[in-house]
Amino acid sequence: MNERKKVVTQTSTSGQAAKEQNRVTRPQVDIFEDDTGITVQADMPGVSKDRLDIQIDSDTLSIEGKAEIPMPEGMEALYADVRSTRYQRSFSLSSELDGEKADATLKDGVLSLRIPKRERYQPRKIEVRTE
Amino acid sequence: MFGRLSGFEGSLFDELRRMEQEVDHLFGAGPWSNGIRAVARGTYPPVNVGSTPDQVDVYLFAAGMNLESLDISIQQNLLTIDGERRLITEEGADYFRKERFDGAFHRVVTLPDDVDSDRVDATYRDGVLRITIKRRESVKPRQIEVK
Repeated sequence: MNERKKVVTQTSTSGQAAKEQNRVTRPQVDIFEDDTGITVQADMPGVSKDRLDIQIDSDTLSIEGKAEIPMPEGMEALYADVRSTRYQRSFSLSSELDGEKADATLKDGVLSLRIPKRERYQPRKIEVRTE
Repeated sequence: MFGRLSGFEGSLFDELRRMEQEVDHLFGAGPWSNGIRAVARGTYPPVNVGSTPDQVDVYLFAAGMNLESLDISIQQNLLTIDGERRLITEEGADYFRKERFDGAFHRVVTLPDDVDSDRVDATYRDGVLRITIKRRESVKPRQIEVK
């Protein structure tokens, strides 16, 4: 009986540890659309350009980044709102968006990603000629 | 999908991983104090505070902050940070999500009693504001030699 209990305890402990390591922060985003495309702006404080990874498949946009927090040796935490240095979030895209022409900039921890619409989906103004 | 995730974990970040795990371990553990100035989770900007015998570091996760609006003040062991983040709303665009903070913020952090309010240093990098406050010499642990 005792032995069995021990096994159960171990399992839950390692499960907890795994959870701790896989913890990710969902970056907060603004998403807006205009006639020519969609823009995603994401807050990823602590992430530099070389630690940001953006993937666009045919129908999925995936944003990942790791924050770098410089810490002195032997630091102890007194308080923490942020408990993970990993950001991850993904969105599904629709076919009129042209992932290959996407363009991203990162400034002060703010990612700005622009995905244009394919040309044939962009609204065309029809001129009415007068005879 | 998992292949891609582990690919991302691989080569590029290997050397930094150990340090990150330390950060996650350090700040990932709970529970946190129910201090009288503690605020609800989700208050902007998120703050982490860490200490060593030499100094206390306060990290504000404030991406895209207007630096000229920033006002940091310290009175004894009370650190006050005021600032603003103004977002530019695109005229004529349809917004699907608007999750990001827009406006003025105010946060107060209670520091340990032994900080030296004259030796404060602040840097802003990649959207993280780091404020370092040195501790007073007299309270650092000192090795006592036995003669």
